[in-house]
Amino acid sequence: MGGRRRGAPRAPVPARLSPVDLLRTGASGLRARPLRVVLSALGIAIGIAAMVAVVGISASSRAELDARIDRLGTNLLTATPGDSMFTGETAKLPKGAAAHGERVGGVRRISEVAQLDDASVYRSDRIPKGESGGITTYAADLGLLDTLEVEMAQGAWLNEATSRYPAVVLGAKAAAQLGITEAGPGTLVLIGAEYYSVVGVLDPVELAPELDRAALVGWGVAGDRLGMDGHPTTVYARADPERVDEVRELLGRTLDPENPNEITMSRPSDALQAKEAVDAAFTGLLLGLGGVALLVGGVGVANTMVISVLERRGEIGLRRALGATRGQIRGQFLVEAMVLSALGGVAGAVLGGLVTACYALWQGWLVDVPLWALAGGAAVPVLIGAVAGLLPAMRAARTPPTQALGAG
Amino acid sequence: MSAATGTAPGPAAPAAELEDVARHYPGGVRALDGVSVRIEAGELVGIVGPSGSGKSTLLNLLGTLDTPTAGAIRIGGHDVGALGDDARSALRATGIGFVFQQFHLAANITALDNVADGLLYTGLPMRRRREKAAAALRRVGMADRAGHRPHELSGGQQQRTAIARAVAGDPALILADEPTGALDTATGEVVIGLLRELNAEGAAVVVITHDREVAAGLPRRIQVRDGRIAADERTDGARSAAVGGVRP
Repeated sequence: MGGRRRGAPRAPVPARLSPVDLLRTGASGLRARPLRVVLSALGIAIGIAAMVAVVGISASSRAELDARIDRLGTNLLTATPGDSMFTGETAKLPKGAAAHGERVGGVRRISEVAQLDDASVYRSDRIPKGESGGITTYAADLGLLDTLEVEMAQGAWLNEATSRYPAVVLGAKAAAQLGITEAGPGTLVLIGAEYYSVVGVLDPVELAPELDRAALVGWGVAGDRLGMDGHPTTVYARADPERVDEVRELLGRTLDPENPNEITMSRPSDALQAKEAVDAAFTGLLLGLGGVALLVGGVGVANTMVISVLERRGEIGLRRALGATRGQIRGQFLVEAMVLSALGGVAGAVLGGLVTACYALWQGWLVDVPLWALAGGAAVPVLIGAVAGLLPAMRAARTPPTQALGAG
Repeated sequence: MSAATGTAPGPAAPAAELEDVARHYPGGVRALDGVSVRIEAGELVGIVGPSGSGKSTLLNLLGTLDTPTAGAIRIGGHDVGALGDDARSALRATGIGFVFQQFHLAANITALDNVADGLLYTGLPMRRRREKAAAALRRVGMADRAGHRPHELSGGQQQRTAIARAVAGDPALILADEPTGALDTATGEVVIGLLRELNAEGAAVVVITHDREVAAGLPRRIQVRDGRIAADERTDGARSAAVGGVRP
């Protein structure tokens, strides 16, 4: 400074603050007020936690559903008679439909069941007739268990012998409803006018939930004693996974060549996949709500920064006296707002991840928190902080140093 | 060691020079009017006056925190009126040290960090800042308190820390605004003694005070009244001109 030269020396040039110094300066205001930091970062944290949890839970649910669909297979087809185009009555499938269908290329296994309308199921003859409990009796062929790829919860599936005698296998819900805890020859239920031995109980059948409320008897005994006419009401088919669409096309025509239009073909796994789409729509809605929380959090940060700038006029004046330029003051408060909401973002991402993990584990799902959600949850608030802090920071930079020092 | 008081060597630029400076505020308030004063490099000056006399305005102008409505100000040879806000900031960062009545220390960091942060805007790296801060604390006799936070220090120790912050960057001009205002008499004397020592080491020191006793101990006293310089006297009697002695 003490120049010996004559004339005006060159105008001094302000030094640049290193990024580390800028960050330190921005954080210094936060360190002094930890409670306020926690409270104003909380808004951002809640918003981010909500969004990460929504994304995480829906991703976990989808992962679980995918795994379930994978496990159950997408190659099960169900054929039911549709409403007849002319009579409006419920049509039946022709006799021996499954045997016809077996010849279609790409069909691996095929089975049929026939619903028996006049065969209500009761625990005993003391139960009033009206209280059949919604259990439906079906005649089932012996291959049904393999076609559905379902396991027995208890006892055994029907075989050549038991299918000709009064023996029944119950669906999971039907067994629970009838209070059957143990399958065996001594456990009897009343079907129609006769008692049947419960020889087995099925596991839940996810792709054919109608069988959970079913009482399944052999084809033979149904014909002999329950008045079954031999027309199946539903055909289940397992197709070669590569040829599902082709089989679906052909099978309808094959099962009922005379009235191919009356057959309704469906693919139960489609329902599960549709559930994914519904989940996605719902997730979008929840994400929107999380976004609103985040917006409110951003307003909270802006509010905190405005108050902070007002309170710290003394500090601003001091820094200006120490040589801070307006830009450096602006930078400090901008960084402070960004650090503040980044803290909220990191806390929110961690919280959201934990909520997802807890919920998924509680549901027995796979935990799947997408990395992009975590990274975005930590990064987006930095942007929010920059926007929220812009106005307060500009205000801080405009504060005249003399006035600021006077107020301090 | 340069001359402690009196006139500085010829070729050196004055620490501060005001030529017919006025500072008016909107609404017709004339905080300063027609002030001309020259503070030599290495000088020790008191600016005395009752509150509202304009001495704080004068300090803000000397510190380049404010700009004059009329007239010219040169600080260390720089024409302040010709400098933009950034350049004035840079001038403050390296050329001017401030000491305030209320110390203005950050509460949650140590004395050493407070002093080091005073060098934040000089562009020195952190390590150099801390080294210089430690040296400055030694100069004011606070080396053993470097790790204390402001609330663990007495008022006098806090003001010494603030003085260390002002001198850490070796500015040519130190401006002290009522540095003893928040201190008892004995502590105030210690602080003034410290400012004298720093002045003896080469910096020009300007002490603003309304305390006549404090002013009486300084070699040069500029009295400000109603926005004008009422008297400019030196104890050694070399030049004791009463500038504003006669008032219209």
